[in-house]
Amino acid sequence: MENLSFILAPLFSSKLLIVLFLGTLFGLVLGVLPGLGPTTGGALILPFTMTLDPISAIVLLTAIYCAGTYGGAITAILINTPGTPAAAATCLDGYPLAQKGEAGRALGMATVSSVVGGLISVLVLIFFAPLLAQLAYEFGQPEYFALAIFGLTMLASIGEGSPIKNLIAGAFGILISTVGKDFMTSIDRFTFGINELTEGIGFIPVVVGLFAISEMLTQSTLLNQVFNRVALKAVKLPTKDDYKKTWKTILRSSGIGSFIGVLPAEGGTVASLIGYSEAKRWSKKPEDFGKGSIEGIAGAEAANNAATGGAMVPTLALGIPGSATTAVILTGLIIHGVRPGPDLFREQPEFLYGIFGSMLIANILFFILGFFGAKLFARITLVPNKLLWPMIFAISVCGTYSLSQSLTDVWIMLLFGVIGFFMRRYGFSVVPVIIGLILGELVEGTLRQSLVIFEGNWLMFFQRPIVLIFFILSLIALGFPLIKKKKI
Amino acid sequence: MSNVRNKKRAGSSLPFFFKDSTIVSFIIILISSILLYITFTFDIVPPILNRGIQPATFPKALLLLIISLTLIIFFLSIKKPWKEEKKLPTEFYITLGCFLLFLFVSKFLDFFLGISLLSAIVSYFWGERRLIFILFVSILFPIIVFIFFETILGLRFPSGIITDLYYS
Repeated sequence: MENLSFILAPLFSSKLLIVLFLGTLFGLVLGVLPGLGPTTGGALILPFTMTLDPISAIVLLTAIYCAGTYGGAITAILINTPGTPAAAATCLDGYPLAQKGEAGRALGMATVSSVVGGLISVLVLIFFAPLLAQLAYEFGQPEYFALAIFGLTMLASIGEGSPIKNLIAGAFGILISTVGKDFMTSIDRFTFGINELTEGIGFIPVVVGLFAISEMLTQSTLLNQVFNRVALKAVKLPTKDDYKKTWKTILRSSGIGSFIGVLPAEGGTVASLIGYSEAKRWSKKPEDFGKGSIEGIAGAEAANNAATGGAMVPTLALGIPGSATTAVILTGLIIHGVRPGPDLFREQPEFLYGIFGSMLIANILFFILGFFGAKLFARITLVPNKLLWPMIFAISVCGTYSLSQSLTDVWIMLLFGVIGFFMRRYGFSVVPVIIGLILGELVEGTLRQSLVIFEGNWLMFFQRPIVLIFFILSLIALGFPLIKKKKI
Repeated sequence: MSNVRNKKRAGSSLPFFFKDSTIVSFIIILISSILLYITFTFDIVPPILNRGIQPATFPKALLLLIISLTLIIFFLSIKKPWKEEKKLPTEFYITLGCFLLFLFVSKFLDFFLGISLLSAIVSYFWGERRLIFILFVSILFPIIVFIFFETILGLRFPSGIITDLYYS
């Protein structure tokens, strides 16, 4: 009962409601703009959150996450370009339906299924995150080490693209986390005599570089791309017949999305693809998929929004990010002095349940804003890249500089922008780098502390049942792509 | 060599050392090997103070993992070649060049000037020809961002020919 009052608390705080409204609005704008999205947007907004108290900062970031994930559908349906990678599957049926003159119907279905998926996933979060946190009370250093390894192997196996390339990218991310003074011995590692590097490489320069700057370079190669825009009159709520056709698909995809979201991977993108293919598999008219099937839109959109709540489960309960955007939210928590994990549930339940409540409200808010404002948001895509990206560059540079007022951070951001561009060009996802960077300290710290506990005896890892379970799960995760014969 | 490159773009089969997979694998292995060598220069903690493993052990293990995995993707690419990427357009190199220009200008002249120059050049070479819009992205917008960061976040930007005028 007390927790319920914490969940409802944001409703009675005018400050949080304003933050939620702004976050939702900003999330929609970011989601609509191809190449941006909640991860880059969240990273760009992180420096600004320093002016807010921790709860408002995290509420702002989670609202951006929820609304940004939905916003991608608007562009996917109207210009056949996913605003966010998670909306890629929405293009398959959204755009053909819009071409038939039913853009309003397509957007209406995307909005409703996104909201249902989002709300179900927040309920999953409210129910499962405390349970998972309770389980994690039993965890010691070796268990956390095994859990982090499991997280990284999952990322490699069910993330986008080649599993081996994902593993390389993840290892690269962990390697970046080793730069600076060793936390146990204070010995310099990879500092090359540069003073600023002794503190290590910050998360913000890397994430802004890998997402915003590398995207700017990518956009420079796509200047001749022509978008065929479909006109939108008004968003239409789905008809009774549409609901009849899609309710099972929406519920199924919401379940799939929530489950995929909980696994540390590229949440929404993978969830929407699986949600879409399952919708096709179970459909009475699979032949309509790809030609403007309303079920296809519902399947993809419910799943990608359901992944948002799911991805928050490991982030808040264990401090292990469930997706790239939750990695940004995790960083937001850390820079505001909040350390996610089981203790947070015991010590600050009002903070956590406030976040859960805010996510519920954010889903309702983007329904209202999306429904009435989709036409306006669609116009944002008219801002040409030749104006948009120089402006994003100015925000990226100033935001990165602002955190520690260091030009070195700006150089690092640009360097990672170039690295990120070439990584993406040659099929290496940049998301594992971010997750690796976040988990790096945890992996190395828990490994070394475990070895101290075990007096250097590595075999003692295998004498702990939870560790053994995570190692077996990691092996299964690594073997999974071979079974699925995924592309290498 | 450029002829061979052109042939590659046309889709003809190439010697393995011109393939993207070979070049990318070679670069990753080269950088990782250099970093691996650097780990051998890290200070060593005396056994009495050492807790668990040496500070160099973990990065060494990571680098060996990266090298091994890169070798695997290289050998797999012989069997299943990577998709050949299109040649990068001029605008890409101009944008990249602008980053270098920004580095130089912001370090030695002025941070604000660096942003303005990059914004103006990128906007122009990406196709914007209307002066009013170029002025907007290169002068007005950076000023708004500067004032916002300065007043809301209390940020002090690095010293430079234009920034100093503002602060004085």
